[in-house]
Amino acid sequence: MAQLSLRNVAKSFGTVNIIKDLNLEIADRELCVFVGPSGCGKSTLLRMIAGLEEITSGDLMIDGERVNDVPPDVRGLAMVFQSYALYPHMTVRDNMAFALRLAGVSRQERYARIDKVADLLQLRPYLDRRPKALSGGQRQRVAIGRAIVREPKVFLFDEPLSNLDAALRVQTRIELARLHERLNATMIYVTHDQVEAMTLADKIVVLRDGHIEQVGSPLELYHHPCNRFVAGFIGSPKMNFCSVKVKAPSSSGVSIDLPGGASMVAPVAATRLKEGEPLILGVRPEHMKVIGPAGDGPITFSGEVMVVERLGGQTFLYVQATPEDLFIIAVDGDSLVKVHDRVALGFAPKECHLFDHGGTALEQLARHPLAA
Amino acid sequence: MATTPFCLRLLNLQRRPRKRANFEFGHSAMTSSLAKVGFGVFKPKDSRAPRTGALLAPAVGLLLIWMIVPLTMTLWFSFQRYNLQNPLISGFAGFNNYKFLLLYKTLWISIGNTLVLVGSVLSLTIVFGVLFAVVFDEAFFGRNIARLLVIAPFFVMPTVSALIWKNLLMHPVNGLFAWITRSLGLGVVDWFAQAPMISIIIIVAWQWIPFASLILMTAMQSLDREQMEAAYLDGARGLSMFWFITLPHLFRPISVVVMIETIFLLAVFAEILVTTSGGPGNATTTLTYLIYLKALLQWDVGGASAAGVIAIILANVVAAFLIRTVARNLAD
Ligand SMILES: Nc1ncnc2c1ncn2[C@@H]1O[C@H](COP(=O)(O)OP(=O)(O)OP(=O)(O)O)[C@@H](O)[C@H]1O
Ligand SMILES: [Mg+2]
Repeated sequence: MAQLSLRNVAKSFGTVNIIKDLNLEIADRELCVFVGPSGCGKSTLLRMIAGLEEITSGDLMIDGERVNDVPPDVRGLAMVFQSYALYPHMTVRDNMAFALRLAGVSRQERYARIDKVADLLQLRPYLDRRPKALSGGQRQRVAIGRAIVREPKVFLFDEPLSNLDAALRVQTRIELARLHERLNATMIYVTHDQVEAMTLADKIVVLRDGHIEQVGSPLELYHHPCNRFVAGFIGSPKMNFCSVKVKAPSSSGVSIDLPGGASMVAPVAATRLKEGEPLILGVRPEHMKVIGPAGDGPITFSGEVMVVERLGGQTFLYVQATPEDLFIIAVDGDSLVKVHDRVALGFAPKECHLFDHGGTALEQLARHPLAA
Repeated sequence: MATTPFCLRLLNLQRRPRKRANFEFGHSAMTSSLAKVGFGVFKPKDSRAPRTGALLAPAVGLLLIWMIVPLTMTLWFSFQRYNLQNPLISGFAGFNNYKFLLLYKTLWISIGNTLVLVGSVLSLTIVFGVLFAVVFDEAFFGRNIARLLVIAPFFVMPTVSALIWKNLLMHPVNGLFAWITRSLGLGVVDWFAQAPMISIIIIVAWQWIPFASLILMTAMQSLDREQMEAAYLDGARGLSMFWFITLPHLFRPISVVVMIETIFLLAVFAEILVTTSGGPGNATTTLTYLIYLKALLQWDVGGASAAGVIAIILANVVAAFLIRTVARNLAD
């Protein structure tokens, strides 16, 4: 089992810098998830770790040993590709045996190891089939099995579930989580899917334009995003943002003016702030509440409901709070609010996030208990 | 003449390549496809599958005539006493033309020569085609120009290329090869006298390697890069990558190359006529060339037709053999 570190790692294709001076530690047995917008360099970073892309500068260490120039098969890694990349002319058994065969493992041992993995992944009945004769989910399992038989130190997954349908994706996700627990392996996992990232990860790395925006546990990123990009990226639907002004900074928080005219005190570190300074307020849709028809209660915003999306268990309201700000609010599925109702919105001060005009989050005075 | 039925087999194969049952010969294949297109009596009445026989008839009829007329004429002549030099010799010959041919040693030699030529050229084109396909798949400076140069011989007419090889390259006095070996003090090889078959094989292979390279180069581009990367991570390098990943991927295009080239190689003629005229002796007389000898040098139309019929049978035997092995690959 292995511990990985990247020190000042960079990658350029010609003159274009894709990965910029990146530092990251991945602990033994950790499941680390890379997320980020399309084109930010997640796959590139994974391929650099795998040895499929050369590292332009910096050090990649596995268990304290520099492996930049070690060929991929010797690094002790196994990768699962998005397209599975199974060998079409080989049976499932030969697919899984391929690496062992090249490594000179005896036939007997090869087959013993394959049988064990096949049992683990319920692939027994398919061992003598070609990949063409398998369903997408079965192919996915073969691809994972092919990685497992090699008993690698680190597993690399590049969007492994994105070709599966929704139901199968959930099922395979759960299988992967159990597999991670049983194999006790270090895993690095690239995904676009919020739910996969939140549920699987021990640690999420949010990337943008080839550098790391934030590293932390899923709930840490959710409750304490360090900047506006991470706040907007983690969570679905997206966090609501609006411009506010500092009214009076104090040691127990900052009092701010909201666009609708109301004001509130946000419990964030505010000592550096000046009166009248513009800030950005962020509140997640699930933390905003409809507290009644416009006109009563501790109102923070009020506005007209423009769109109602009923998903059954949950309903999303799109509320025009000010001419510039359209807020998404997640309410209970049984909510009776209708389109064009005027509603008053409220949220608990501890649920709000404040960002300076550069986008950096102001530190919250109290940490969330689950993200300590 | 010899290749017509073979082409029909191929057409048949391309239409329904997955059905093994279609590869029997002669009338059974023909009638079964006729039954399929609506001539058959086995077809149940079904308003959703109206009879299209009448509509297809002109096309099918034309193709049938296209094939049947020359075939019948060849068969007919092969049983006739018919020599253009002596119109007085005529009438039904029975199996005499065949008997004469089958007892004629040159026929067996020419069949052997044909097989040697086709087999060697096929092997050479496949080996070099695969080699070029793999080499030109790597990026290097001037790759596009190099690719063009590899393809170029294909555009040279057989007669012209045979003349170039004969007079400019392999000629014992004026040839480039002779000049090189002479400069090195190694003496001179008189190619067409000392190694006639090898010379012809070299010339024909030079013409057909571009075709194999072209098909296989194109095929290389459809090799899944992620699959290669997966194999790379699994530890495959160079030879093992080639053996376990590239070659299996090229299996199918290789089958196609073998089939198409066989059709044309069985009919190689210009190269032989221009360089060796089937000699020395009958060292480079192939079946095609033998037919030419019989028909247009000995004016023995009956004998030539009989040789033609034997060529058809040979082509069908080769075709049967090829299609059975190749079709299995294609269907896979
Ligand atoms: N071989 C290459 N040459 C030049 N640029 C490349 C090459 N490979 C990738 N890039 C660029 O690197 C950037 C990052 O690509 P990468 O595939 O890592 O993105 P990603 O984060 O995996 O995106 P996605 O989520 O869409 O898969 C992209 O802008 C891409 O255009
Ligand atoms: Mg990617």
